[in-house]
Amino acid sequence: MMRSRLLWPLVALAALLVLNVAVTPSFLELRIQDGHLFGSTVDILRNGAPTVLIAVGMTLVVATRGIDLSVGAVAAIAGSIACTYIAGGGSAVTAVLLALSVCVLLGLWNGFLVSVLGIQPIIATLVLMTAGRGGAMLLTEGQIITVKSSLYREIGAGFLILPIAILISLAVLVAVALLTRRTALGMLIEAVGVNPMASRLAGVHSRTIIWTVYVFAALCAGVAGLMISSNVSAADANNAGLWIEMDAILAVVIGGTSLAGGRYSLAGTLLGALVIQTLTTTVYTIGVPANVTLVFKALVVIAVCLLQSPRTAQLLQKRRKSPRSTSRSPEVAAG
Amino acid sequence: MRGISVEFPGVKALSDVDFRLLPGEVHALMGENGAGKSTLIKALTGVHSPTTGVIHLSGERVTFTAPGQAQAAGISTVYQEVNLCTNLSVAENIMLGREPRRLGGIDGRATRAEAAGLLARIGLTIDPASILASHPIAVQQLVAIARALAVEAQVLVLDEPTSSLDAEEVEELFRIMRVLRAEGVAILFVSHFLDQVYEIADRMTVLRNGALIGEYLPAELSRIELVSAMLGRELGTLHEVQRRSDARHPRAEPVLVASGLGRTGAIEPFDLDIRAGEVVGLAGLLGSGRTELARLLFGADRADTGTLTVNGQSGRPRGPRSAIAQGIAFCSEDRKAEGVVADLTVRDNLVLAMQAARGWARPVPRRTAEAVVAEYIEKLDIRPADPEAIMSTLSGGNQQKVLLARWLITRPRLLILDEPTRGIDVGAKAQIQKVVADLAAEGMAVLFISAELEEVVRVSDRVVVLRDRRKVAELTGDDVSVDHVMSVFAAPHAHTGAVAS
Repeated sequence: MMRSRLLWPLVALAALLVLNVAVTPSFLELRIQDGHLFGSTVDILRNGAPTVLIAVGMTLVVATRGIDLSVGAVAAIAGSIACTYIAGGGSAVTAVLLALSVCVLLGLWNGFLVSVLGIQPIIATLVLMTAGRGGAMLLTEGQIITVKSSLYREIGAGFLILPIAILISLAVLVAVALLTRRTALGMLIEAVGVNPMASRLAGVHSRTIIWTVYVFAALCAGVAGLMISSNVSAADANNAGLWIEMDAILAVVIGGTSLAGGRYSLAGTLLGALVIQTLTTTVYTIGVPANVTLVFKALVVIAVCLLQSPRTAQLLQKRRKSPRSTSRSPEVAAG
Repeated sequence: MRGISVEFPGVKALSDVDFRLLPGEVHALMGENGAGKSTLIKALTGVHSPTTGVIHLSGERVTFTAPGQAQAAGISTVYQEVNLCTNLSVAENIMLGREPRRLGGIDGRATRAEAAGLLARIGLTIDPASILASHPIAVQQLVAIARALAVEAQVLVLDEPTSSLDAEEVEELFRIMRVLRAEGVAILFVSHFLDQVYEIADRMTVLRNGALIGEYLPAELSRIELVSAMLGRELGTLHEVQRRSDARHPRAEPVLVASGLGRTGAIEPFDLDIRAGEVVGLAGLLGSGRTELARLLFGADRADTGTLTVNGQSGRPRGPRSAIAQGIAFCSEDRKAEGVVADLTVRDNLVLAMQAARGWARPVPRRTAEAVVAEYIEKLDIRPADPEAIMSTLSGGNQQKVLLARWLITRPRLLILDEPTRGIDVGAKAQIQKVVADLAAEGMAVLFISAELEEVVRVSDRVVVLRDRRKVAELTGDDVSVDHVMSVFAAPHAHTGAVAS
């Protein structure tokens, strides 16, 4: 089931790559310069690293039948705190720790609203989505704060053969995959997402699980915010992480995780994030005017979602009239 | 319906079944879980298209490819699980999709008036403007029937309409069915309660494993013959569960003692003790507070007053987690909302409680999980016997067995079963009753709740009777009989003194 859901995002990704190669023959070329790997694909990965990271956190939130709209604002806050602190003469390490601690607090706030007070996730996180960016503006006094810390710059722009940002995102992705699939956490998260009441009566710590995923999502957003601001050595409270929550949610959905909660796929999320990022890059390379970028993006996304929907799959199958047994699971008569 | 077959990939759910339904009769469709009753109904109502076979309605050949077509042709269905929108009002539910219109909008007043007329027809006195969710499930079921009547139905299909009704409401339903029968409506009736079938049905058709066994008149087929036709085997398992008032260990230490435990609006303060190796039955009419009592013991709802002593530790129940830690397990009556995790596999559902108790960091080792899952699939005869099957594809009876297994593998000291046999067939029912008897023999304490008095009396050593959200009697020894329990229901004042015994 999951495998067939990943088929269309894979096709979309491949199609985008082919399109790019057609327009720019050197697209897939990679070269090593000063021990760093360079190339368009590497750029895509580096620019996509924050989206991947936020989408990983979002996947777990969505699996519990939630959603976190505040991740973009949290990312902006993280960058603002770190840059303000460094600009005031602080060390980069303390700045990072300080920023991430604040993100944990923000995640605790979101989780508290959702799991303890029972506010609907979309509303609960909308609060921080709007208030958070305002807070970041207050912090930076509406200015773009630039910093000169080579250590801080490493997070977003540094290289260890590959860009460090990619390595961080992949490491988190793999760590989360291991943590949730090697332990029972993944199954419990899915159970809470599918049927919170039944899970509670079976003794699952639903509240703690839900609370934790919001904290984790905020932490991911914080790291992503640091990457974004470090990449340009500046904090832009207004534009850092703008619309990134939408990219992350789209990545999760394209990856085959249902917004109704339950079964989730981290591999799907990674694929989804790559599709979104490649698309963004493609729009620039094929020369679509920047002001219609979002329209173009929306078209591709709706195409992928349509192809993934079970109903479309049925229609396509009927058209083909193939007698092969379909992948539809046999319904057992409930006599 | 002639030669109906329905096939799903890999499964032949129904093969070559003939079925006829005459105007002005109540025709009972009988069979075990998975016999094909629901599939036949779904073929009739257009949910599934038959692979082969033809359907004639009033002499004309019809083909339904969608439920809407069948409805338009005069076939109305009330399904086993209430399929209504609980967030809408009663009137809106009854008239959904057929609302009277005025000025391009829905005429709310006419909707309520028409709904009130239909409710009056089935003798239900509730406010049509009230929200459906504010009524108990039994009333919701009757609303579903009123909804089915809203279309001028020639054929009315009632799939397990009585599974959540108490005796009085069943009588009410039967009265309505008789009225409709007299009006010439053909009624297809599915029920697991044999008494009800013999009371109301004019004719019966028995299915087994997707095949037709035969069509009978109730007068020519005894109950025992009917049951063996449904099961296709001798009745050994049915007789294994005997009344077991003797051979108990009444001296055993109580596993649980409740004193003065109560919750305003749910149940008045009660005293209760349950000993190891004992099955305590909880009897009471619908709304008497059976489920509420069970939920207080488990901590699913908070108690306002009283204390609970489990394993010598006293206190107010704190919640499901601490109850589970103390060895209490609770199988809810509302399988769909409070038990089944529909999108996950049978294996995940089965190990859920065990896993929750271990905490997320210590997953149940794969080998252990596979072993217990295989063991319980075999022990409880869960079908399909596939640990990777998605829970929502299982029939109700098999889901119930998975939920039972979920708790059994945690080895509780006290097992609370709230309506464990509701809506499941005779064979699975006997199996579950037998499991309960075996568990008690191994020393587990069981609190058994059921709307079926015969069942409570058969499996219990002691029966606690509730009435109007109050514990009114506790029957032991030879007093445990259906007649006795009924007399307590009927004459509450005469027996209130028995509480102390």
